[in-house]
Amino acid sequence: MDRTERLNIPETELFHPGHYACQGCGAPIVTRYMMKALGKKTIIVIPACCWSVIQGPYPYSTLKVSVVHTAFETAASTASGIRSALKTQGRNDIHVVALAGDGGTFDIGLQALSGAAERNDNIIYVCYDNEAYMNTGIQRSSSTPFGAWTTTTPGSHYKDRPKKDIIQIMAAHRIPYAATGSVAYPEDLYKKFKKASTMTGLRFFHIFSPCPPGWKSATDDSIKIARYATWSKIYPLYEVFDGERFIVTKPEKEIPVSDYFSIQKRFSNLSEHDTAFIQQMVDERWMSLLKLSGSSPEK
Amino acid sequence: MKKVLMGNHAVSLGVKLARVNVIAAYPITPQSQIVELLSEMCADGEIDAEFLKVESEHSSMACCIGASLAGARAFTATSSQGLLLMHEMLHWAAGSRTPVVMTNVNRGVSPPWTIWTDQTDSVSQRDTGWIQVYCENNQEVIDTILQAYWVAEKVSLPFMVVYDGFYLSHTSEPVDVPEQNIVDSFLKPYEPFYKIDVEKPHSINSIVYPSHYMEFRHNIKKSMDSVPSILKQCLAEFKKHFNREYSTIEEYRNDDAEITLITSSTVTSTARILIDEFRKKGIKIGLVKLRLFNPFPHDDILRALKGKSKVGVIDRNYSPGNGGVFAQTLKFSISQVAGMPEVYPFIVGLGGRDVTEEVLGEAVEIMFNGKHRGEKEIWIGLKD
Ligand SMILES: Cc1ncc(C[n+]2csc(CCOP(=O)(O)OP(=O)(O)O)c2C)c(N)n1
Ligand code: SF4
Repeated sequence: MDRTERLNIPETELFHPGHYACQGCGAPIVTRYMMKALGKKTIIVIPACCWSVIQGPYPYSTLKVSVVHTAFETAASTASGIRSALKTQGRNDIHVVALAGDGGTFDIGLQALSGAAERNDNIIYVCYDNEAYMNTGIQRSSSTPFGAWTTTTPGSHYKDRPKKDIIQIMAAHRIPYAATGSVAYPEDLYKKFKKASTMTGLRFFHIFSPCPPGWKSATDDSIKIARYATWSKIYPLYEVFDGERFIVTKPEKEIPVSDYFSIQKRFSNLSEHDTAFIQQMVDERWMSLLKLSGSSPEK
Repeated sequence: MKKVLMGNHAVSLGVKLARVNVIAAYPITPQSQIVELLSEMCADGEIDAEFLKVESEHSSMACCIGASLAGARAFTATSSQGLLLMHEMLHWAAGSRTPVVMTNVNRGVSPPWTIWTDQTDSVSQRDTGWIQVYCENNQEVIDTILQAYWVAEKVSLPFMVVYDGFYLSHTSEPVDVPEQNIVDSFLKPYEPFYKIDVEKPHSINSIVYPSHYMEFRHNIKKSMDSVPSILKQCLAEFKKHFNREYSTIEEYRNDDAEITLITSSTVTSTARILIDEFRKKGIKIGLVKLRLFNPFPHDDILRALKGKSKVGVIDRNYSPGNGGVFAQTLKFSISQVAGMPEVYPFIVGLGGRDVTEEVLGEAVEIMFNGKHRGEKEIWIGLKD
């Protein structure tokens, strides 16, 4: 069957044409599908990140819903405050969304996010993951994967620690829902947002979001890169319910990590030995994920 | 109704009477009892508010800003390190034009660790865009909470109610607790100037280019500059409703005084006794209590100091390299006006050291004999 025929996503756009992202950026795509699923009764909180630029300077706005920009480390706590106010007004029909980059989520904002998750505040937290601090010029974050170049992990001093496992951290809070998603799988993304929108409590999304300038990749390769990330199992798609029940989507095709690396220049410093090491880490993580989901390695 | 209340509980009752909608707070000595009582009252359904038990002061201020932007009357309380941790968010609160009210119970700043009072925590937030009022007793504390919402919501700026740790926070005094129905007629429900809602989408705090940023700051200036007169309107209303009188600055036996002391907070009570004693000896000395510190009540100060030969500023805080912050601000305020008195800037009582009549007497002595004239700061009560 043709791929496009299977897509079942509404045509409504809560997104103005014309935004301030670079060409080929994944971040606007994440938000477009998110908005299609959540609808216009949504308030979005944006901390410092590329999205604070994408959203447009005063007096413009990319999004057709209310947006509150806040400090880098306060996406979750600002959203919690908004939710509390709405609760006192009896407005339980509104989604409050925190939309943050990986730095604002994995690093500086983790304390506030953990606080909100522990309280199980009724907010949706969406991290679009471009695997570095892009807004300040491609510095490494704790989400930068092993082996990647950034301006603070230059040349042969590429990132020598694995990416922080944010979903495991969030699942450990036993929140009702945590899921990964990818701009290469819009229908999956849409469905997950729809599912989350019917739940209450803290719902967490971690969404793979390519960044051509930061990844040194071609602007028209972003979706392909995102798909390769899932095919190579570097970026598996899965959901965790109540911190316990894992559901993994097995990729429709499997490729070695070297295929994924070859279409971005940020991994060009890797030796064959490095690549083999990363392949081994990825395989092990995949196996443990399958184990958590109770499924077998076979297709 | 008269009740014997410690300063901290006076705040909690004030917050209840103000019908606050959202409270977010994190414990720190000597503030904690404020939110302990509030959380009890929330749990018992005595207050109809959401209480967010956050994981840090930084988050409590972020919550209050979010709540306020969504139309809620928001409250938090802190002290010292907690206030310092909030610093970035204090700017966000003012810049977002949210009328959040916060109590700061003054406590010295570490290291070395100290839990006792001084004002270095709050005065070092002077430039964040918060209105600051310093209180002398527990009656003033509860009354100022109500005034704070009245003023903050008129000018769309956050308001900090400040008082001395332990001297007031943990000291019980008889307090006339206002009746709820009178409070309700004084303080109307919060009607935000703008609020985020889903029916009328807005974007708040977006990036601004140099072509617009200055105007945002200038708008804050206009609102801040209006605070002394708005506060006076508030206090006139307050007097009508509660029959208690307050002002931006409070003068005591200052009319015919030749030299004047400027104090704030509980030190003022000690200073009054001292003034009485000097007056008994026929010495013409007066007192000005600074209640409103930020914005600095420039016009009122000029009026109160006109014709005096010397003014001593009692600072219970210290900015390294610059001296006392009240003195600095006062000097700046009077610097371009002719006929203003010579300023004697005193540093006293840091980290909870007692500010006794003797300490203040020494300050007055120094002013009389002109010792240390022209010095940047004069420390009193230091051990050799
Ligand atoms: C307290 C604070 N520290 C640093 C910054 C500077 N800063 C702004 S955006 C940013 C990086 C954001 O990275 P990420 O969250 O990954 O989002 P991205 O830019 O990649 O979209 C940094 C470091 C800031 N705004 N506030
Ligand atoms: S730098 Fe990267 S993440 Fe930021 S807008 Fe450009 S493409 Fe998107």
